[in-house]
Amino acid sequence: MVQSLSRLKESPSQTAGPYVHIGTTPNFIGINHVYAQDLGLAPCPAAANGQRIIITGQVFDGSGAVLRDALLELWQADADGLYPSRGEHRGAADPNFPGWFRQPVDGVSGIYRFETIKPGAVPFIDGRKMAPHVTLWIVARGINIGLHTRMYFPDEAAANEADPIFTRFELRARLATLVAARDGEEDGVPVYRFDIHLQGDKETIFFDI
Amino acid sequence: MRNAPAPNHNGGFYQRDRAWHPPAFTPNYKTSVLRSPKHALLSLNNTLSEMTGPVFGHAMLGELDNDLIRNYATTGDAIGPRIIVHGRVLDEDGRPVPGALLEYWQANAGGRYRHKKESYLAAIDPNFGGCGRSITDEEGRYWFRTIKPGAYPWPNGVNDWRPAHIHFSIFGHAFAQRLITQMYFEGDPMIWQCPIVMGIPDKAAVAQLVAALDREATIPMDTLAYKFDIVLRGRRSTMFENRMEGN
Repeated sequence: MVQSLSRLKESPSQTAGPYVHIGTTPNFIGINHVYAQDLGLAPCPAAANGQRIIITGQVFDGSGAVLRDALLELWQADADGLYPSRGEHRGAADPNFPGWFRQPVDGVSGIYRFETIKPGAVPFIDGRKMAPHVTLWIVARGINIGLHTRMYFPDEAAANEADPIFTRFELRARLATLVAARDGEEDGVPVYRFDIHLQGDKETIFFDI
Repeated sequence: MRNAPAPNHNGGFYQRDRAWHPPAFTPNYKTSVLRSPKHALLSLNNTLSEMTGPVFGHAMLGELDNDLIRNYATTGDAIGPRIIVHGRVLDEDGRPVPGALLEYWQANAGGRYRHKKESYLAAIDPNFGGCGRSITDEEGRYWFRTIKPGAYPWPNGVNDWRPAHIHFSIFGHAFAQRLITQMYFEGDPMIWQCPIVMGIPDKAAVAQLVAALDREATIPMDTLAYKFDIVLRGRRSTMFENRMEGN
């Protein structure tokens, strides 16, 4: 016998279910007057620094069907690559940039849409720069534990090529699933399309972080 | 070297034990069949992108945010068994997690959700919305008041019923700790018949999601109480100064 390490176990995950909106975006489904507004649903404040962008797309299941009940959360650095967080010790992030957004997909089209700014580069563990990216977290009915992925930018080819994740050779064939497609502009704001495939030939890379 | 490893906020998080969590593919829960990745997850050492996360202040909370009996009520209190749910948010080292945002949602006493895609014939309670939120205090504690939710039938098997449950969404201090789970109630026989619950491989892990009846926290002649502690991932400590990313 040996001494116990006396650690607790993490609470196990369960699916968010089909009615995740009740708890996370109640106004979005018509439960008004409980909260003044839904957390994370507002677009990036106008006072935030940086290049405005739109990130939009759909989430697909293993049969190619669009999910109409998924919820996405986006976490990213500010335009200078600083996170507005307790864990950020390199400096103060843009006070007008929340860094975190939450969007349910549309109940009919399944389209999600984030209005944010393009993030600056953030260092990897060893100090090398990671290419600009946003972290996405996807939950829905049928997803037992939230899925983490990253979205990279198609117009950052050189930075992507040098990114510590992109240099992992065994992933070469699937890396394209992490890069958004440039999809025109809306009122001068660049639009990036990032579809997420949960399963199948085009399956997105998901991370165990 | 320090004399003792200080509680540290620079190291990466303990790896998730994915044999403790439900796997993605749990075929008895039918929707998981087409919504589960087939490729292995890509393991990624925590970078700043994972070790940081949004900060939520107590100032964002409304007075009734943690009172589901009153926060949607117009003509009277919500109907059903009155309960308090309380507990602590801890990390795997047993340290409290202060400032954690909890959001919770549930069906009413009859098992009916207030959602436009829901068509169960049990009645809507006009005074019950079903959502609330709390931010943990300095000791990691939270509490809210609500109605005990009813069991709920769902189209999985021809006669499947969810046990009474409350959904929880939890933000710790980092996006790596982000978690959604469900709380069940002590003594409910349907817990062990539910395909969503039984997607969790280990019975001890299921037990971690079952809140205990807490008579000591009840309000006599008013409200019963259940205690539900939540554990988020712990962090590696940095015992040697020259290893900036932890031991």
